[in-house]
Amino acid sequence: MPFSILSCIIFLPLLGALLVLATPKKNIGLIKTIATLSTAAALLFSLPLMFKFSLFSPVMQFQEKLPWIPQINVWYHLGVDGISIGLVFLTALLGFLACVASYGINTRQKEYFFFYLLLTTGMLGTFMALDLFLFYVFWEIVLVPMYFLIGIWGGPRKEYAAIKFFLYTLAGSVFMLLGILALYFTSAPHTFNMLELAAGNRPLALSFQIPVFIAFYLGFAVKVPIFPFHTWLPDAHVEAPTPISVLLAGILLKMGAYGFFRISFPILKEAAYYFALPFAVMGLINIVYGAFVAMTQTDFKKMVAYSSVSHMGFVILGLASMTMTGFNGALLQMLSHGLISGAMFLLVGVLYDRAHTRNLDEFGGLGVKMPVYAGILAVFTFASLGLPGLSGFVSEFLSLLGAYPVFKIITIISTLGIIITASYFLYMLQRVLLGSLNEKWAAITDINKRELCTLIPLMLLVIAIGVYPLIALKYQAVSINALIQKLVPRQISF
Amino acid sequence: MNAIESIKYITPELILLVFSLSILICGLFIRKNNVLGVFSLVGVIFAALSLYQSSATSLPIFSNLLLNDPFAKFFKEIFLLITSVVILISMGYKAFGEEDRGEYYFLLLIVTIAMMLVVSSNNLLMIYVAFELVSLTSYILVGFLKRDALSSEGALKYFLFGALSTGIMLYGISFIYGLFGTTDLSVISVALTAGGTNNFIALISLILILAGMAFKCALVPFHMWVPDAYQGAPTPITAFISVGPKAVGFAILLRVFLKNFFPLFNGWVDLVTWVSILTMTVGNITALTQTNIKRMLGYSSIAQAGYILIGFVAGTALGIKAALFYLLVYTLMNLGAFGCVVLISNSIKSDLLEDYAGLYKRDPPAAFMLAVFLLSLSGIPPLAGFLGKFFVFAAAIEAKFILIAVVGVINSIIALYYYVRVIKYMYLEEPKADSIEPKSLALQAALIIMLAGVLVVGLCPYPFFNWIAASSNF
Repeated sequence: MPFSILSCIIFLPLLGALLVLATPKKNIGLIKTIATLSTAAALLFSLPLMFKFSLFSPVMQFQEKLPWIPQINVWYHLGVDGISIGLVFLTALLGFLACVASYGINTRQKEYFFFYLLLTTGMLGTFMALDLFLFYVFWEIVLVPMYFLIGIWGGPRKEYAAIKFFLYTLAGSVFMLLGILALYFTSAPHTFNMLELAAGNRPLALSFQIPVFIAFYLGFAVKVPIFPFHTWLPDAHVEAPTPISVLLAGILLKMGAYGFFRISFPILKEAAYYFALPFAVMGLINIVYGAFVAMTQTDFKKMVAYSSVSHMGFVILGLASMTMTGFNGALLQMLSHGLISGAMFLLVGVLYDRAHTRNLDEFGGLGVKMPVYAGILAVFTFASLGLPGLSGFVSEFLSLLGAYPVFKIITIISTLGIIITASYFLYMLQRVLLGSLNEKWAAITDINKRELCTLIPLMLLVIAIGVYPLIALKYQAVSINALIQKLVPRQISF
Repeated sequence: MNAIESIKYITPELILLVFSLSILICGLFIRKNNVLGVFSLVGVIFAALSLYQSSATSLPIFSNLLLNDPFAKFFKEIFLLITSVVILISMGYKAFGEEDRGEYYFLLLIVTIAMMLVVSSNNLLMIYVAFELVSLTSYILVGFLKRDALSSEGALKYFLFGALSTGIMLYGISFIYGLFGTTDLSVISVALTAGGTNNFIALISLILILAGMAFKCALVPFHMWVPDAYQGAPTPITAFISVGPKAVGFAILLRVFLKNFFPLFNGWVDLVTWVSILTMTVGNITALTQTNIKRMLGYSSIAQAGYILIGFVAGTALGIKAALFYLLVYTLMNLGAFGCVVLISNSIKSDLLEDYAGLYKRDPPAAFMLAVFLLSLSGIPPLAGFLGKFFVFAAAIEAKFILIAVVGVINSIIALYYYVRVIKYMYLEEPKADSIEPKSLALQAALIIMLAGVLVVGLCPYPFFNWIAASSNF
């Protein structure tokens, strides 16, 4: 049997979870070591994946296919292409970094790391599954550990936030399940294979595609989240412990957008065209509404949470454009936002660990006391608000560039969102770092080595993509080209 | 086939009968609970072995009163599984007085025999008689805690509703007899296919029979007895009536409605669709506000019956398989959940949800197992409950019953809330006390078997699916 690298990446964290379960509760050091090693192993395995990945092939690579439930044609089918490989790497990277950031957890560590590793397995599996049934299983596996991680280790309103997250996402995904079943029963022979469904051997009627598209939309839109399904996000983010916020913003939101890339658009092509305009409008609302709401926040974490809503709007807008540039921008924005928002939440956590408050009005002048922290915060803030030379600029620019020829007015208004984003981020910087020092924080210490270790890799990647975007774009270009060919693009640009 | 030749086909039932009578006599001399429990368990295992070796030939036996087909065998296997698990749970249940035990295990084996007879019946009168035997023994078992007012109240309600609904069913059977001149289902089936009967009257009598089944399966509007009977009954019996008699009801529904009376499918399907929708919705919405876990699981089992009905409503080959598969996984997870309730109530002496606070610290294995069973009941993959839901929804979509599928998934969102509420108490809150009593080995064994079942069926369903595919032809 050939070496199954994808299975290794998925199940190493699960193996770690089982080992953690078998470790005595008191032996916290060993539990942390197991967790770190298993996430590090997943990250290490994802590196050869990146190197061996053929950049010039749009087909699924590293495929693994084993029968699972042969009676209904369900396969254990994994594979990566240019659309998913970046997300797999991002998940492995953030999974490892957030695990290091979890050392500060000081209650019920055994359960924490068990759920954490289970969550990592679910996230990795979602991005690699090529069978709709398998995809759904991984997708749902993510929910349960997330519920516990927010509900047990969260802030004051953790129980409310946890159940809200669980109910919202399950509500979306059960409709997705109906959509999956509908696709299964209209295919001949019945199959859950995404590739076969996308190949479209049997054209599907538009009247069938529309309800199925809506069913999938409900599942994915809750995760992205697209207005008006976003209300779970600020609650979950504010209450979740820092490392979990990182994964929530960095990975979980991408699962929804990935669903559009992998399932909705390739399989339901005509419906995707049909809904392009409403889709673009939703993107616009996300960008502008999210930015305005973020502006009014006094809670640092809530502000970053709403900025995620706004940034994910660019992904939706890029998708809606159905152009190659737009798709490239949307996918790059997913990666870039994963890196930036992950880092932003880590930075909020650094401050919260020291000050035990996230109220922006209570800070001030911290730039003097925490110079290193200030520098890193500034870099990521600039990346967030789209400063050229950093990754956020490239991806948002591509999204807008792709969308402009198709939706002119919407794109113009969306561009205003960037100005609002700049204003609230700069206002945040001003309130935290500048001004006179609040005497309460006279004894505050600068960022420590462990925290630095979690932030530096993210910073390097953000700068690298910003300066030379091709290191990320080269992975996705061929696959996106193949996808757009199948969609019959409105116009060729780029 | 005449009675003498047929005897060999009911060996499992006869083994159970011999054991049950011996237990009744032994119970006079032996007071030790575990001895009687093990003795009855041995009886069930012997019956299971004999059933395993028998071959289901689809032969009519006892002059066509009974059928020995794979469908009946499937249900008999399920019943023996249920009874053995309930015996194990009962051995770990601490609220019984010692003197009652012989009678208790006797009744448990008798009700098992009765259930095995119902599912193999091929005659409406035989169905009725065996059905009454199931009902009467269940009434006694529910009221088994004689000195407990709640137990007696539950039994009385169960009895009154049962008497009413079986009365309605018998009325329906009398119409059928009037129409066809026989109660033999094979003959009726042939007459119906040939046509020329008054379908309207046949439909009315079918609906009257549905009432009797609805009582057993606890379908709305015949579900009123459930919360009180579930709360009052000794918890092992609650576990038992939530799966055993319910499976009996579904077996008859499937056999009579989808096989013998299938020509009338279009006549009753709308009604049953609405029964299913109401059953899911009423069960789930009422469960939301419960504070006692036995009542909550009672309402949850009403809702679960609604999901099983989806497969029944679809009426296709996949629908039948889906209903059978759901029954199998429902049996595993519901028995498991009630087993955990027994395990937990033994140590915390309460069935109130708020007393479950902080259970993760007081009794980690029990909390973990209950959490798994509840997540399975709410249909989270990769647990068995998810596959159950998956197949019934698949059957509904395949048969183009979109409405019921949508109502079904909305209901599974509602249900998640109250299942997770228990988990919230157990894991998200801190304990008020931390006493733990030694736990019963038998009970733990039962729970581990159920837990393994939920995981194995969820992760590796194909052998079970083959088994069900072979059992779904009747």
